[in-house]
Amino acid sequence: MTFQPSKQVYSGKIREITLGAGERALQIGGRSGYAFHSFESEITHPPRVAMEVWDKDPSQDWSEAAKAPFKDVLHDPAAWARKCVDEYGAEIIVVQTKSSDPNGDDKPASEVSDVVKKVAEAVQVPVVVWGVANHDKDTEVMREVAEKCSDQRVAISPVEEGDYKQIGAACLGYKHVVVSSSPIDVNLAKQLNILLENLGVSSSDIVIDPTTGGLGYGLEYTYSVMERIQQAALTQEDDKLQQPIIANVGNEVWKSKEANLSVEEAPHLGDSSQRGVIMEAITAVDLLLAGADVVILRHPDTVKLVKDYIQKMQ
Amino acid sequence: MGLTGIQIFKLLPKTNCGDCGVPTCLAFAMNLASGKAELDKCPHVSEEAKEKLASESAPPIRLVTIGAGDYAVKIGGETVLFRHEKTFVNPPGLATVVSTDEDDASVQGKMDRFKECQFDRVGVLLKSEMFVVNDTTGDGAKFTALAKKVSDGTGAALVLKSDHVESLKSAAGELKDKKPLIYAATGDNADALGELAREMACPLAVKGDGSLESVIALTEKLTDMGLKDLVVDTGTRDLKKAFEEHIKIRRAALKDKFRPLGFPTIVMANEMADGLMEEALVAATFVAKYGGVIALSDLQPHIMFPLFLERLNIYTDPQRPMTAEQGIYPINNPDENSPILVTCNFSLTYFIVAGEIESSRVPAWLCVQDTEGLSVMTAWAAGKFSGESVGQFINKCGIKDKVNHKKIVIPGYAAGISGELEEELPGWSIMVGPREASQIPKYLKGWSST
Repeated sequence: MTFQPSKQVYSGKIREITLGAGERALQIGGRSGYAFHSFESEITHPPRVAMEVWDKDPSQDWSEAAKAPFKDVLHDPAAWARKCVDEYGAEIIVVQTKSSDPNGDDKPASEVSDVVKKVAEAVQVPVVVWGVANHDKDTEVMREVAEKCSDQRVAISPVEEGDYKQIGAACLGYKHVVVSSSPIDVNLAKQLNILLENLGVSSSDIVIDPTTGGLGYGLEYTYSVMERIQQAALTQEDDKLQQPIIANVGNEVWKSKEANLSVEEAPHLGDSSQRGVIMEAITAVDLLLAGADVVILRHPDTVKLVKDYIQKMQ
Repeated sequence: MGLTGIQIFKLLPKTNCGDCGVPTCLAFAMNLASGKAELDKCPHVSEEAKEKLASESAPPIRLVTIGAGDYAVKIGGETVLFRHEKTFVNPPGLATVVSTDEDDASVQGKMDRFKECQFDRVGVLLKSEMFVVNDTTGDGAKFTALAKKVSDGTGAALVLKSDHVESLKSAAGELKDKKPLIYAATGDNADALGELAREMACPLAVKGDGSLESVIALTEKLTDMGLKDLVVDTGTRDLKKAFEEHIKIRRAALKDKFRPLGFPTIVMANEMADGLMEEALVAATFVAKYGGVIALSDLQPHIMFPLFLERLNIYTDPQRPMTAEQGIYPINNPDENSPILVTCNFSLTYFIVAGEIESSRVPAWLCVQDTEGLSVMTAWAAGKFSGESVGQFINKCGIKDKVNHKKIVIPGYAAGISGELEEELPGWSIMVGPREASQIPKYLKGWSST
């Protein structure tokens, strides 16, 4: 019997979005087929690997495995960001504005945005600013971030149904990118993109965050929502879903108990210096396969594994 | 599968004799199409029609069983390309490679870890099921002895991997009752190994030369010999190309009903990467994208546990959420003065709430009520997490005997049930906890039983 491989017909394309401005500009998306399906479609840009930096010293929250590579810089977000770019090859820096959390340090917006600005000035790669998903506080912080980083075309996240008008307007005013964030649901993702466009945000300024579940903690939901978004965007010409996808992987995976337990606490789970890394890397691989265009990672060993993986799959 | 009622009808005698139990051939055809009837019920159907219907109604990807007993692995039998379209049903077998040139201590270590690397997660036992026994020395007796040692010592399902027909004959002869996968028929030895697999009634792997055409030639030849339980290795060891092949094989089987590729696959991740960490990512790729058996060079808990979780996640039925068992979960060694929290039994809710309590280091009792796998808000909206149901659960579960206070914390999103719950639990104070689990540590640190 002669074999003719059945081809997937693609009718749509993921938009190309530029993160950062000037010398630091980087394009994401631009695919005309499913992730890594280069045998039947064109992959304009490979997926990008971003690294996260916290705007406060996370020493109290992080396990030894996560802290070890950054011991010298955890107290200094700008130095930390530089280390990620210079030593570990981060293509994008994500500043997690954890210090602004009203249930935590509750630092004022002016102070938080100053730190973001410092980090952005310290590196020559695009910057994503990730808030704490508190509508009021994120609105306050992101307004100031938008102004202070006015010429940098940062991406601001998460922009949710409850604050898209306020944060969306700030992004519009200073030409920043909106990370449209919805709770693991294709229709809600689409609806928020429509609301953003009605507000005046151009489709060339929107990236989707469908909400990330880490390995063992809802990964399958994110995986399937991403695959459904890809199907809608690429094979059903759903114009409102043809945006690149970003996944906040490191932050979710390292929250889990199993990523952090030491060998003393859980001898049956093996080497604690590698376990969290593998959990983070497998989550990243699954979400890349499902269609993520940017994965945000924490540990440099994961970054190396995932970058090698992307290289091999290109 | 395949055929519609009308297509089946055309193959039936069309006499409307009623001998099958339904009045017309068309009605019988419709029942066949929907799986409500068996063809055997019709005494008049022709041999030709029988054959055609049997082949058309076979699943598009052959379901193959490797091994026997507790560790038997069923692979194949999948019906969709994307898990959200229905569900992935038969998780890939995870295997560890042992070789005849490997020292005893190393083999023994892997056999020990095979048993140690088992984890319970919401009532599911996460474990690896298989060993690949690799004949690197071409010594049939040594190969057979190693295979028998691993089989006897672990009960694992085996892949017998050798380039030597004689070695495979010896080992398969010894272990045929354990239904090992014989690996692998190539262009050179397909006749001999096809014969062996048939004689031993064991599944057989085919190994191509890196092209799908070579695989098709082999599966067609072996199918003609009467073999059905085949497993495909395309021979490719490049990650990107193997990924492409897996997509093409799955599509060919499901979209085009192309029988020569309608078989599960085997992936030798150990031959596709440098080091166990990289192997894990190769394995992860084929857990998500259509691997049948996946072999790694070693078995280490910090690698296997994440892979087990991934396999569990990807193969979870999207229509039926995972659930935690109803009951009382003591966290951080609680005593009679420790707070009681109640939540639903959606596994994610349970994991996240339990994890937050644990990380707070505050001893507490977590009471998990059966809400049929619904999360707090959905269960509350569906009336499955009501004052009445929570009250009854708390009264019956025995938590009252474990504490000497009368305070219970309910999830913030279920604040609306507190009035009704007060009626069910007279004398108790109902405390409304935070809406988001991430706020639990802060809440618990401020909680007091007095």
